[in-house]
Amino acid sequence: MKNVETLREHIVEVISDSGEGAQRCGQSLGSIAARMGNGIWTVEIIPAEIRPPARSVAGASGNRIRIGAGPVTNGGDRTDLVVAFNEQVLLGRVRAGELKPGCTILLESMWREHKDLNIKLAYSEAVEKLKGAGYRVYEIPMDAECRKLGLSPERGKNMFALGMLCSIYSLEPRLGREQIALTFGKKDKKVIESNVKLLEGGYAWAEANLDFKYRIPAQAPTEPNIVVNGNTALALGVLASGMEICAMYPITPATSASHYLSDVFEKVGGVVHQAEDEIAACTFAIGASYAGKCAVTITSGPGYSLKQEAIGLAVMAEIPLVVVNVQRGGPSTGQPTKAEQGDLLTAMFGSHGDAPKVVMAAGTIEDCFYSVITARKIAETFNMVVVVLTDANLATSQQPFPRPKFDPAWIAPPADQSAVPEGMQPYDWEAATGLARRFIPGQPSGMHALTGLAHDRASHVAYDPQINEEGIHFRSLKLAALQRTLKAPAIHGDAQGDLLVIGWGSTRGAIEEAVDGLRAEGAAVSSMHLKFLQPLPPGIGEAMKRFKKVITIEANWCDRPGDELIDESNRRYSALAMLLRARYLVDVDCWSEVKGQPIKPSSIREVLRSKLATTEEAVHD
Amino acid sequence: MTDHAECLLRLHDERFELEDYQSGVPRWCSGCGDNAILAAVQKLCRDERLHPEKTVFVSGIGCSSRFPHYMKTYGFHGIHGRALPIAEGVRMARPDLHVFVNTGDGDCCSIGAAHWVHAVRYNMNLTMLLHDNEIYGLTKKQASPTSPRGTRSNTTPRGTQLEALNPLTVTLGIQNVSFVAQAVDWIPEVLYQIVRAAFHHKGFSFVRILQRCPEWLPEHFEPYVKDPKRTLLLHHRDALQLSEAVARTYSNNREHDPSKLAAAREMATQLDPIPVGILYRNPAVPCYEDLRRSDKLRTADFIRAGLEAEFDKFTIWPCTQN
Repeated sequence: MKNVETLREHIVEVISDSGEGAQRCGQSLGSIAARMGNGIWTVEIIPAEIRPPARSVAGASGNRIRIGAGPVTNGGDRTDLVVAFNEQVLLGRVRAGELKPGCTILLESMWREHKDLNIKLAYSEAVEKLKGAGYRVYEIPMDAECRKLGLSPERGKNMFALGMLCSIYSLEPRLGREQIALTFGKKDKKVIESNVKLLEGGYAWAEANLDFKYRIPAQAPTEPNIVVNGNTALALGVLASGMEICAMYPITPATSASHYLSDVFEKVGGVVHQAEDEIAACTFAIGASYAGKCAVTITSGPGYSLKQEAIGLAVMAEIPLVVVNVQRGGPSTGQPTKAEQGDLLTAMFGSHGDAPKVVMAAGTIEDCFYSVITARKIAETFNMVVVVLTDANLATSQQPFPRPKFDPAWIAPPADQSAVPEGMQPYDWEAATGLARRFIPGQPSGMHALTGLAHDRASHVAYDPQINEEGIHFRSLKLAALQRTLKAPAIHGDAQGDLLVIGWGSTRGAIEEAVDGLRAEGAAVSSMHLKFLQPLPPGIGEAMKRFKKVITIEANWCDRPGDELIDESNRRYSALAMLLRARYLVDVDCWSEVKGQPIKPSSIREVLRSKLATTEEAVHD
Repeated sequence: MTDHAECLLRLHDERFELEDYQSGVPRWCSGCGDNAILAAVQKLCRDERLHPEKTVFVSGIGCSSRFPHYMKTYGFHGIHGRALPIAEGVRMARPDLHVFVNTGDGDCCSIGAAHWVHAVRYNMNLTMLLHDNEIYGLTKKQASPTSPRGTRSNTTPRGTQLEALNPLTVTLGIQNVSFVAQAVDWIPEVLYQIVRAAFHHKGFSFVRILQRCPEWLPEHFEPYVKDPKRTLLLHHRDALQLSEAVARTYSNNREHDPSKLAAAREMATQLDPIPVGILYRNPAVPCYEDLRRSDKLRTADFIRAGLEAEFDKFTIWPCTQN
């Protein structure tokens, strides 16, 4: 009987050339662990090219799964165990610094006997090097073992690997079989049978041949959870919001949301319109919204830039509109598949002139779902543009969350077609809130020409300077009206202390994990995560006053104070830090990383640790 | 009286006057061809008894695009070049509305050219009026893509060097084209007939209307206005039928069958005399909105059922112990 080591958490990677099924293996492992009741966070490992050459360092395709005893809120730090189908994709991950020192490697060993001498040599050299570097390398004849079972390794090695992983992590093989039945449900029974055989083969092999075994305690879930990535969650949010039209143009990393939506939207009478360009996608959505069916356009950075003039039109004419920006690295084409939080200021201040719009950011996968529903509601209540920010990290990561319970209030009401009361004007701005009832085509007595020109209450083009100012005033007031309805953001940790960390968007899990770690060591640090960026909710100023120092953690650039030319007179702050400094006159510091990778909790912990150290110095001085 | 009878009576009573469609005093220059287009469209609305609240005029930016302000219907005066995708969004959301698009040669053929090409391909049920005066008006006399070679303007003081773009040949070259016509502002009777035929066509009707700009190109169309021989009127039993008066004045007319694409393309290349009439019409091309829209009633229960089915796919149910 093997000694079973109990772990709090582990990070596992399954990598192969693209098309070898590592993705499916990793996803299945995540689902099985989630069903056991473990917390999970999975991230796709995607090569930049569509068809990278086989056995190439840059070609790793697969999945990274963080499995925890409790809830897991982010991708975590470095990898503990990796299954690799060849040594080259593995070397890519090693070079990227993704593996923990001493990481366990389960490597396909067929290359050792390969007939191509170069491959043979490359393999054995790599193994020597990895062993020399302190990695725990297990060479595993996965290919041969699949053949022994009478099955094709080309098609089934991934399920063999899944079986091994089930054994290693003491996951119930029954759940593995059920997962296979789910995954291949639509296929021939024979396909399911052979995959189960491979799974069981892998399980038995690992039981008999590996000298280690782990167990990550799980708490059996009491309620159903759903496991989706952020983009699927966004698309489900569009379905649930009752919106009927999504206009988009293909752009990475946003498009997969529209892929999924295209597949399912029509079943509930919706339309995904792939427009001829980003501007057309935005104006098409504006046309639909104007006609009474609030619409959404989903894009990413470059597309968001292209939509600016149209967004300004919706602001000026007070047409509700939901714009989702799945942020990627920028500027320009930047890093299409990588995560960054570089679009916050563009989201808030983009489009010329004063163009107030609502900006929200999803902090979790679950948030991606609910944000779209909330955004539609705000858009139609305030006749405003609502921008929902997510990023490539949320877009491709998976995390379970409680299965949403349908609420009929999510759904947009049908377009109002009742007659407009006599004497009412299309922009009868209410003095206190700036709100006006929206007139929708089809409503008798509501006829007017809507315009992007400055206009008066009757929607007549304004030539009078007073009228222009009146319109700007009321469009701005709507943000204040919304702000009054928002709750103060919760504080993670104590309500006072030495250091308050403020973040927004996908960094939530990593920041809170870092804060929890430091608090366990006794540090007086707390965090606050903002969902609304414009308007900023109440309570932030008061909360900051209860801490000695405040710092934001963001994935957008800020100048490094150590640089020779940088001092307080010219330092460029990260986006949120700049906003907080301007609004609250508080000396908010910031730390950022723009490497395209999700910021790791360990990096944040170190930053906060040193910030806390300077706080103590300042107090002792 | 039964509800049914009352309804019939109301239908019978529903007559509209020109004033029901007129809003404000147009700010176009006197002699501007836009005035003739406005008159023809208001007449069409009255004759077709279009409910003002069910009618939407969408425009971009430019002199032409002030059009919706002068209609007592719903209007959407949008941004430069984007009238078409806005109108497409309206049409997709609301099959019950009559949707017109007013655009100019700069708006459609220059800044919005991508949308023009794709609008033809989508073939949504929209009536598009291209107010083509072959010059930028609102920004004060710059050459447009349809300005003939040699046109002197503020950006081409020694005359344009490029040949003009021909909106008819471009449109007729695009897959799914279903209706192409050309009108001129100075023959109001024919302009009205063409706009009416465009309105009745189910699909994307593209009407190029040559219109005079008395401010920036006062002499530009004068030779054509003065010499009826320089207009070639197209008639056909399935298209325009000319009144006696028109046929007498415009004796340079001929039969043209609008169902023939090759003949339409050939006709479109002709610049002088100006062909006026319906060049092409194909009612069989499907409309994008008909291909895409669902006829299912989107009740909360219906949406919920679809959503729950999706949730089922992604749900991890609590394990039941064996």
